Amino acid sequence: MKLKFVKALAVSAVAATTALTGALATAQEQFIPILSYRVGLYAAGGSGFFGGAIDYFNLVNANGGINGVKISWEECETEYAATRGVECYERLKKKNGGATLVEPLGTGIAYGILDRLPADKVPMTTLGYGRSDAANGQVFPYVFPLITSYWNQAAGMIKYLGDKSGGMDKLKGKKIVHLYHDSAYGREPFPVLEAYEKQLGFQLIKIPVPHPGTDQNAQWLQIRQANPDHVILWGWGVMNAVALKTAARVGFPREKMLGVWWAGSEEDTIPAGDAAKGYTTMTFNTPGNYPVIDEIRKKVYGANKGNLSDKDRIGSVYHMRGITAAMLWVEGIRNAQNKYGKGKVMTGEQVRWGLENLNVDEKRQRELGALNMFPTIKTSCQDHEGSGAVKVQVWDGKAWKAVTPNWVIGDRAMIQKMVAESSAKYAAEKKITPACLPG
Amino acid sequence: MIYRESGQYKTSYINDSQIFPIKQDRYAVLAFIAFAFLAVPFIATPYFFSAILIPFLIFSLAALGLNILTGYAGQISLGTAAFMAVGAFAAYNFMLRVPGMPILLAFILGGVCASMVGILFGLPSLRIRGFYLAASTLATQFFVVWCLTKVPWFTNYSSSGVITAQEVKILGFHFNTPEEKYLLVLAIVCVMALLAKNMVRSTVGRSWMAVRDMDVAAEVIGFRIMRTKLTAFAVSSFYCGVAGALFAYCYVGTVEPEAYNLDLSFRILFMVIIGGLGSILGSFLGAGFIVLLPIVLSYIVHVTGLPNSVTSNVELMVFGALIIFFLIVEPHGLARLWQVAKEKLRLWPFPH
Repeated sequence: MKLKFVKALAVSAVAATTALTGALATAQEQFIPILSYRVGLYAAGGSGFFGGAIDYFNLVNANGGINGVKISWEECETEYAATRGVECYERLKKKNGGATLVEPLGTGIAYGILDRLPADKVPMTTLGYGRSDAANGQVFPYVFPLITSYWNQAAGMIKYLGDKSGGMDKLKGKKIVHLYHDSAYGREPFPVLEAYEKQLGFQLIKIPVPHPGTDQNAQWLQIRQANPDHVILWGWGVMNAVALKTAARVGFPREKMLGVWWAGSEEDTIPAGDAAKGYTTMTFNTPGNYPVIDEIRKKVYGANKGNLSDKDRIGSVYHMRGITAAMLWVEGIRNAQNKYGKGKVMTGEQVRWGLENLNVDEKRQRELGALNMFPTIKTSCQDHEGSGAVKVQVWDGKAWKAVTPNWVIGDRAMIQKMVAESSAKYAAEKKITPACLPG
Repeated sequence: MIYRESGQYKTSYINDSQIFPIKQDRYAVLAFIAFAFLAVPFIATPYFFSAILIPFLIFSLAALGLNILTGYAGQISLGTAAFMAVGAFAAYNFMLRVPGMPILLAFILGGVCASMVGILFGLPSLRIRGFYLAASTLATQFFVVWCLTKVPWFTNYSSSGVITAQEVKILGFHFNTPEEKYLLVLAIVCVMALLAKNMVRSTVGRSWMAVRDMDVAAEVIGFRIMRTKLTAFAVSSFYCGVAGALFAYCYVGTVEPEAYNLDLSFRILFMVIIGGLGSILGSFLGAGFIVLLPIVLSYIVHVTGLPNSVTSNVELMVFGALIIFFLIVEPHGLARLWQVAKEKLRLWPFPH
């Protein structure tokens, strides 16, 4: 018992000193905690995404900050584990004048801090993952699944498959396999796919792959027997490369496979080698090169401040997602400054308003050097997603190429209805009265 | 010199069978508990409560549960996280479906459900032991998580299988702030640790230890093996179940079944091994070690100013090295180190 006490004292001493030194840091900076993961199973994605965000911060600071306000940040390693992530969030939320927003890039961590956000007044973005029903800002005022959620992605997939077959009605009688990672993540699109199954009359076959998915012979045997018209690959991590290789082995054409965006990065296709050629996935970025990425190359990597150790990864899928996320955060802060005072440091509450009233149209995208890099976004209290549009990309063996020139949008009315129902259930369970927060 | 028991005579059986027979220990522990209840809520920061103290207490409780099964009864289990999951999801469903259900009763019922699952999956222990038993408890781990994700009723038909813990309210008092939740967890952990300490000193605990040391001999001297092993599973799972419910209600709030994965089971097993098998104190020390060390390490490597990609890896390497070091130097765990220190202290400053 005594030893525990001594230990607790030692830790509190360490915590106190770090807290003190942290408080001494400059107060005139916009502080953003970075809950990154650079070790463990998902390090490849984490280092790319958070590397991209930090590269963009460095670019903004090199260009003079947001109306003169520099961005400061501190990293904390979460290892993609919920408990570590919660600890990191708690550690950083009050630091340097308080966290202004947070992005954990992990469903487990996002759930772990979800309930803490309103009390701490820290907005959280969840780009392309997390609770789909959090798009309803009346119930989840501090959560922003910006650009698009899993449900809109699933709707976008069906829309794309319909268009590919020559019209939504042509999907009638077709067979679609949903090959999914057997977890909350893989089951998230069920309600959308099932609703479409009823509406369009195709046959949905759901095949789970247990984590981590290193052996999929049984599943692909089943797929070969069913001989579906399309396979949706809702995978994660090593499961994706294995699925591609196994598909090649059983001779299933990769052109009929459509991956989720977490199955659509260089980290998924390069390990699969030639087996990945012709494979298509969803994405919320148009692959390619943009002025902003050139600027990062020049000003950030040129000044030796780049975050990625491997320069070939600049502009890769995860890196671009990180840049996109950081760009939207900075836009949210800029937006808040327009309302609450230019050149001032914004609080979490003010940034929340900024994110709720985002309007990144094509004109603004051009100014940012990122025209068409991500869909245009206009958020509101009712719609914290702001877009719901997705794109399809194909792996040509060396790089990702966009398939659809325009952004694909599924049945938004249907998704909005589902979001409303699901968030109402959450509000009832948590006894929340849905309401928009005043600006 | 100070830590000496000369002059402390035990004149009654009650005196003789105290938990802390030495007066200094008793006062130190009482002072420590008083400190935890009365002083800590005023001096600790919210970060300290919600990131360190609450998880530390919850994991201590889970480690205590596993220690009863593995350390006292000698049955290796890899299903701790599964029992925690049963506790959490059962408590959630009791709160959801029974109107006016008091939260403490829901925690207890969650623990009872976990202990029933524990008994069911403890049945193989009657025939198999050692590594084979560990493999069969692995089945619990996978079955429970699979079951919770497959049967939508358990998660109240949430499409992604995620549950959100209801508000914690006892007799009209809302436990919202980290301090309040800390006090609630601390009170539950204290009561349950006291119960466990007394249980392992009683007939039940002695029968567990007899079975652990040699089950044939235990059977010969009259212990009923089936009952002994199954009570160990039941009690252990009860503790884990309550810990799991606290994990959901007082720590993270929103949980997916995946949070209770095999990783968590291993972490708790490590806590028990590092803290000390067959020791109540060891469960707390082990949980403290596994919860706090990575945090302290990440602080230390953070102030060195190395790039983040390096610090993240250094932390893991140091952690691994320390665990190996501890296991070589003191395979009986931190509790044993503590005991050795106490014995040395008794003789200080004149060791013979």
